[in-house]
Amino acid sequence: MIRFLAVIVVLACAVVARAAPPDLVFQLAAGESDEKVAALNTLVVEADDSVPPLLQAFLGGNVQFSPSEKRVFIVADGKGSDAVTGKPVSELPADLEDVIVNNRLRRELDGGIAALKLVASDPATRLAAAAALQGTLEESRLPIIERALEKETDPRIKGLLELTRAAIQVRSADPETRLAAVRALGESSNPATKTVLLSIVEKTGDTFVEPNTEVRAAAERSLRSVERRLATGERIGRIFSGISLGSILLLAALGLAITYGLMGVINMAHGELMMIGAYATYVVQNLFRSFAPELFDFYLAAAVPVSFAVSAAVGMVLERVVIRHLYGRPLETLLATWGISLILIQTVRTIFGAQNVQVENPVWMSGGLAIMTDVVLPWSRVIIIGFALVVLLAVWLVLTRIRLGLFVRAVTQNRAMASCVGVRTGKIDMWAFGLGSGLAGLAGCALSQVGNVGPDLGQSYIVDSFLVVVLGGVGQLAGTVYAAFGLGIVNKFLEGWAGAVVAKIAVLLFIIVFIQRRPQGLFALKGRTADA
Amino acid sequence: MLARLYGPRGWTAIVAALAIVCVLVPLANLVAPPESVFHMPDYTVALAGKILCYAMVALAMDLIWGYTGILSLGHGLFFALGGYAMGMYLMRAIGRDGVYQSDLPDFMVFLDWKEYPWYWAGTDQFWYSALLVLLVPGVLAFVFGFFAFRSRIKGVYFSIITQALTFAAMLLFFRNDTGFGGNNGFTDFKRILGFPTATSEARVALFVISGVTLIAMLLVARFIVTSRLGRVLTAIRDAESRVMFSGYNPAHYKLFVWTLSAVMCGIAGALYVPQVGIINPSEMSPANSIEIAIWVAVGGRGTLTGAILGAGIVNGAKSWFTVAFPEYWLFFLGLLFVLVTVFLPQGLIGLLGRRARKSA
Repeated sequence: MIRFLAVIVVLACAVVARAAPPDLVFQLAAGESDEKVAALNTLVVEADDSVPPLLQAFLGGNVQFSPSEKRVFIVADGKGSDAVTGKPVSELPADLEDVIVNNRLRRELDGGIAALKLVASDPATRLAAAAALQGTLEESRLPIIERALEKETDPRIKGLLELTRAAIQVRSADPETRLAAVRALGESSNPATKTVLLSIVEKTGDTFVEPNTEVRAAAERSLRSVERRLATGERIGRIFSGISLGSILLLAALGLAITYGLMGVINMAHGELMMIGAYATYVVQNLFRSFAPELFDFYLAAAVPVSFAVSAAVGMVLERVVIRHLYGRPLETLLATWGISLILIQTVRTIFGAQNVQVENPVWMSGGLAIMTDVVLPWSRVIIIGFALVVLLAVWLVLTRIRLGLFVRAVTQNRAMASCVGVRTGKIDMWAFGLGSGLAGLAGCALSQVGNVGPDLGQSYIVDSFLVVVLGGVGQLAGTVYAAFGLGIVNKFLEGWAGAVVAKIAVLLFIIVFIQRRPQGLFALKGRTADA
Repeated sequence: MLARLYGPRGWTAIVAALAIVCVLVPLANLVAPPESVFHMPDYTVALAGKILCYAMVALAMDLIWGYTGILSLGHGLFFALGGYAMGMYLMRAIGRDGVYQSDLPDFMVFLDWKEYPWYWAGTDQFWYSALLVLLVPGVLAFVFGFFAFRSRIKGVYFSIITQALTFAAMLLFFRNDTGFGGNNGFTDFKRILGFPTATSEARVALFVISGVTLIAMLLVARFIVTSRLGRVLTAIRDAESRVMFSGYNPAHYKLFVWTLSAVMCGIAGALYVPQVGIINPSEMSPANSIEIAIWVAVGGRGTLTGAILGAGIVNGAKSWFTVAFPEYWLFFLGLLFVLVTVFLPQGLIGLLGRRARKSA
């Protein structure tokens, strides 16, 4: 979108671009001081991209003019070119005179160049120019800033310019201007305005920096409203990152909710199945890069089903080869699957190396949704939240609407009876385990977009995802959802309050205590359950 | 089989074998000349001492898992806590010989701390640190176990929350502000009770102490499992509800053996640290605690001697693999987990027992 806009802007510039008016350039070169400044100001207003190099040449002292021909030339290394058209001139006129650039003109030229950079077509140049302006804070720059503000579309540059304008205005000699500026600052949600406002209300010794009480009161009011707005922004940011963490926990825990919650299998290799999903994404990405670079932005469309399929296949093989022998012995399953996880980690290390691999976001996932100046929600995280909800819906549909789900629930509730009425329980176990593993693969695919992909990826999520399942209550999809988002948000709020490590420890301790109080989790199955 | 394994003759043989090792290793290290084939280098003594400490942990694990049926995934925590308690004394014993020549350990100087935090008080006394070795893991296990067993948390739930506990502790100890050296933990010990730690004599002495402690623990464990208390523990493992309905309160029995097991781990950790020369938070990683379970499973659960055997075999294999084929160690360990749980639920001791019965 931004790229598209940029193209339009460039095209528009190309259409309106014309050479600087020759008479103005001549006036700038040959006129009196006042005339020169006037010419410069007009030139800057009507500027196109040919003006900045011209002004630069004036500053460098490379400009000469011919009073007889009324033409201006840029002369460098004995070669001349027409200052207006830019075309080289073979023979320079005889009556060339140097342009006098006094200090006043020099200052004006500097300002003019900075102003022109503010309206350059390249956003990076504009940003740099706006940042450079913050250092000077001269009232003479105000008109330039005003003009740049009218045209500016980039929110970041715009914010910077507005801030600079206000910072200049609050130093103005006129109390009315200061008051207006201070009031305007109160409307901003830019965190940097806080420093500007604070500088107004502070004291040096016994006297206030700002002599006018009315302005000071307005500044206090503005400061409070900015702080309020910043706090809201921060809170929104926290909640968002909490939901984002929750969505990742949810993806990681959904598969476990099936293998552990429904089948009672403690799968310590679940994290490694996630890792396999992430590596599958990596491989698909590389295939797209080598064989279909033009479709690279859509590699995720292929990576999602592939990571599901690969992890599901690995899971089904594991179920048939190892886990099947251990049903009803959860502690042994735990140890065996731990062993499997070690083997999977080492296998991936042998194939792909111990280093992290690079998984690139497609273009449409980079960037973010800016809801406030300092609150930007990255697209990748927004998309993952949506993805988690879609996967959740799919799992719910599978479990409640199709035959496989029916059988899985039947086998969970009463294996013997299900077997008696003709359900092939062994096969259902395999498919259910495959489904759980495939969901782990999807989680890995999503994780590859926001985190590092390495052989140890799964290890960091296994404790968390088990806790989500245990906290939510075994065999309960709704519990898993609440537990995942609840843990995510609580974790992020504690993080802001006490730091990441302490937050993590607090959450773990909370869960330990919670399980002591409610061993069945948040949502216990009602009714008499047999003593396991 | 139980009768044969715990018969007086079998036990005398096992204890005697351990005692002989405790005599032979010092002889091989100190008396045999370096060029002789019987000479044992310092490195090997330290390795053997380390494995003895692991064997104690395995023994503790066997009591709680093999006999009582509670799989703890947090025993590495108790081991590390014992190690840290001893490490605090060893750090104080460095005195002013650290890099910064300060009264404080180097890591505290680095953090710009001016004095010891309150929980370091008294650790310059050996007896106090030794007390901490017993008390810290013991009290933590008691409090944790009290609440867990009272709420009748069992099986996988218990395993997972013990894992969460050790994971949380690891994160806590990784922080520099916790005051235990952060990432690097404690290292660069100079002396213990006035003796320098880096000499052959010190290593051998620590080895013998470890060996004697292991024998003592084995005897205590044997006393427990053959007593009436041990019968109740096994009954809890096999049918907890019935034990309860017969009028016993399983929570008391579990709490006792759980706390005892934690204290045993603490002692093992305290003996481990001076021999290995370092203790850091990675000892608390969940992976380490799970590995303890596999030592016991390989040797044979509920046999005591199996735990010691398993700890020796797995750690011996680990030392060999990490030197010879480092990249295959995880494959081997993983396969061990899978094969032992699927095909060898009784462990190696069970295998030997089956052989013996067949030939008889």
